[in-house]
Amino acid sequence: MKIVTVRRISQIFFFTLFVWFCIVTTYGGKFWQLRNWPANLFLNLDPLVALGTILTTHSLYSPLLWALLTVILTIIFGRFFCSWLCPFGSIHHFFGYLGSRNKTAAQKIKLNRYRKAQSIKYFILIVLLIMAAFPSLAATLQTGLLDPIPLVTRSFNLILLPIADGSVNILSVSQRFYETTFFIFAFFLAAVLLNFVIPRFYCRFICPLGALFAVLSRFSIWRIGKNTKTCSNCKFCEQHCEGACEPSANIKIAECVLCFNCRQDCKTKDNVIRYQAKPSLAGEVTNPDISRRGFVLSLASGFLAVPAVRLAGKIKANWPHNLIRPPGSLAEPEFLKRCIRCGQCMRICPTNVLQPAGLDAGLEALWTPVLNNRIGSSGCQLNCIACSQICPTAAIRPITLDEKLGKGSFADKGPLKLGTAFIDRNRCLPWAFGKPCIVCEENCPLSPKAIFIREYFSTVRDGFLTVKKVVGNTIETVEKNLTLDKFATGDYYCSLDGSQKGKIVTNTNNAITISKEVKFAKIPAEGSTIHIQIRLQRPYVDIERCIGCGVCEHECPVSGKKAIRVSAEGESRSADRKLLL
Amino acid sequence: MNEQNDRKLNRRRFLARAAKAGLSIAAAGIIAKTLYDKQGPSAQPSSELVTIPDFSVPAMPGRTISIVKGRDRVKTIDKAIDLLGGIERFVKPDDTVVIKPNVAFTSVPALGATTNPELVAEVIRLCYSRAQAKQVYVTDNPINNPASCFTISRIGKAATSAGAKVILPRVSFFKLTTLEGGKYIENWPVLYQPLAKADKLIGIAPVKSHSRAAASMTMKNFYGLLGGRRNIFHQDINTIIAELVMLIKPTLVILDGTETMVTNGPTGGSFSDLKRTDTIIASCDPVAADSFGCSLLGLKPADLPYLAKAQSAGAGTADYQSLKPIIANVT
Repeated sequence: MKIVTVRRISQIFFFTLFVWFCIVTTYGGKFWQLRNWPANLFLNLDPLVALGTILTTHSLYSPLLWALLTVILTIIFGRFFCSWLCPFGSIHHFFGYLGSRNKTAAQKIKLNRYRKAQSIKYFILIVLLIMAAFPSLAATLQTGLLDPIPLVTRSFNLILLPIADGSVNILSVSQRFYETTFFIFAFFLAAVLLNFVIPRFYCRFICPLGALFAVLSRFSIWRIGKNTKTCSNCKFCEQHCEGACEPSANIKIAECVLCFNCRQDCKTKDNVIRYQAKPSLAGEVTNPDISRRGFVLSLASGFLAVPAVRLAGKIKANWPHNLIRPPGSLAEPEFLKRCIRCGQCMRICPTNVLQPAGLDAGLEALWTPVLNNRIGSSGCQLNCIACSQICPTAAIRPITLDEKLGKGSFADKGPLKLGTAFIDRNRCLPWAFGKPCIVCEENCPLSPKAIFIREYFSTVRDGFLTVKKVVGNTIETVEKNLTLDKFATGDYYCSLDGSQKGKIVTNTNNAITISKEVKFAKIPAEGSTIHIQIRLQRPYVDIERCIGCGVCEHECPVSGKKAIRVSAEGESRSADRKLLL
Repeated sequence: MNEQNDRKLNRRRFLARAAKAGLSIAAAGIIAKTLYDKQGPSAQPSSELVTIPDFSVPAMPGRTISIVKGRDRVKTIDKAIDLLGGIERFVKPDDTVVIKPNVAFTSVPALGATTNPELVAEVIRLCYSRAQAKQVYVTDNPINNPASCFTISRIGKAATSAGAKVILPRVSFFKLTTLEGGKYIENWPVLYQPLAKADKLIGIAPVKSHSRAAASMTMKNFYGLLGGRRNIFHQDINTIIAELVMLIKPTLVILDGTETMVTNGPTGGSFSDLKRTDTIIASCDPVAADSFGCSLLGLKPADLPYLAKAQSAGAGTADYQSLKPIIANVT
């Protein structure tokens, strides 16, 4: 079998595997749902995830040890990952092929020539790594924005799967929604469409993971090269060159993605182009093309970027109150050192409450997970820790149900709080409008509930009536404009002197009938005033019990701007956002 | 395509071009004529309404409600149904049965916030083995995330193990309905798809305290067949619950008072919220079942205004004693 055929099989296999792992990142117990599938495999194999978190946290989180395998293989064989394994690379490979399939050989050779701008990816990598390695507390992990594996995972999780599944609803019973995904989509689409301008545009010019592999492949034992000094110089080898690495001349080893198209396209009888241990006889360049000026400039940019972003004060006093992190999340500075915005937590979340944050959460927090209690099928479910179990970098650290609920050995610590629910008394039906409701209290999942009620009898508008006469349980009034059975819902009472109450059973336009069970001790005198009152149960939040799960906010029938809303004050993860003594 | 048209115009080509232009104009005109709408849209988009079938079976005087004391749910429900004439009275061979348990919350079975899965499984078994039902479906539109609710409450597993199919509430399964003589159920979405293919409907609910409705039992259980923004009905909970039993005419309801959620309902969440009351009620009349059931919570029927409302609407009997309930014990 030809080596390029093997490569294509490998690309198709790993791309399919990647899509399959995205599909199985579904909450549930069926074979196509997350049981024991290694759904994070590609993220674990990504050395940029490992290196980034090493720089920010000075530790290597255990599943990321897989990246060592990729590093070792790259050191030995070169950038095999890009052309054999990377699902994003395979997408570019395919679209690059579509874009240039009707072009002439000369045009293709021109498209695939080496360009100076290919150095940009190294500068991007330097900026991102400097930001991650930034001294003291200010380090921030932003590699996930451009790192192809988190990028493609995010794009599949938050756009392609929801769109594909939206019409059939197999993966999820109802449509999944994700905020801000238009921009994730635009980014993904731009990266894919740029292949029609230059094949593998993203890989050649932007990809920081490719840049990291380029540095690693410097010492690779086997490389592409020529085994003669001269050949006919037909340049056919560059016709389908994926890396734009100039195999016809001085091959740029750093740019070579091991697609083996040059070897396939070489028309010479004795295979001038080979994958070999000895250096190319036509000469080779092993170092990435990083100019001193560019290097210094990107160092400086990286150093400046962190303080510049932090000027917004978003992790200090100006922290966004609606940035409610999932249970188990580390305190914000530590969280930002680990989150790679892969979207795995948002994909696995059974209720769809986990959402990619927009720019309002701060530039640094773009596309990191945040709870939006309005969008999904419920708030954060009490008995669920799925997001903390799937997080590949432990930005949401793996917690147990006992720890989340404050049970067992965590009983003294109490449950994890995501925030606190606040009642907006200007919007709440019982508080603001005298209408019974307490859906929030009904749905509070805690025992005892964090929302409790106080009974309050409120005299309705035009509720002062004058007694004409009393017959049995029926009070006839002087007023004759009552709406038939308006007060017959079981929530209305008739009050005498504001103290004695009778429950209203029915009413006509001028008579009110009181329940036989709940009635006055003393019959109201003719000419006296009675009050029509509605019995309200007004909700209160017990701030010491509320965990900020957001179920109340989700269920609140005031559906535009909710009358009970969770805000991140009081969240367990950060001591400086404590609310109570 | 951008091919250049360098052919000279002659009569033949001019006529051809004129004919094509004429056809295009005609096509545009026909489309405009066909789609012409003089009125503009009306305020309310019209939509088709569905009618929920009546699932009730003919009444048998003295065999409307049974109240059985017992600790073991399976034995107790078997007895309770037998006392009403056995499952064969309610489910005929080749019937399709829909069971509506209360699966509202992502709560484990032991906490009693959802219908007991063993009870659901036993009723499914009775339908299949004794009544020779063709197919049993189990469905609900839970408050919390549907898939999680069916998983964590174990009702999903119990139902499928007993041979039933679980129907999760998909958007397309909801159809609009209007209750004649109702105040609130008007053009309102209900979980119609499972009901449309059913011959019989069995509701199974636990007894739970409920701050707004005083108690959540078999009548309130049918709230789970409503879709849309059903929470707004809490403003007038008694009327909506009464309307539910006017809308839904079940074959049989089962009220599980083996353990009653006396505090912190309807979500519960702690064993201390439950109290053993060791009673299961089987009834053809949900209003009667709930009228007795509220006594397990220490309430009187007058504390639940929806009972009287349902009765005056002709949807059942709040004075369950008048139905001569069959009372028994299972040891």
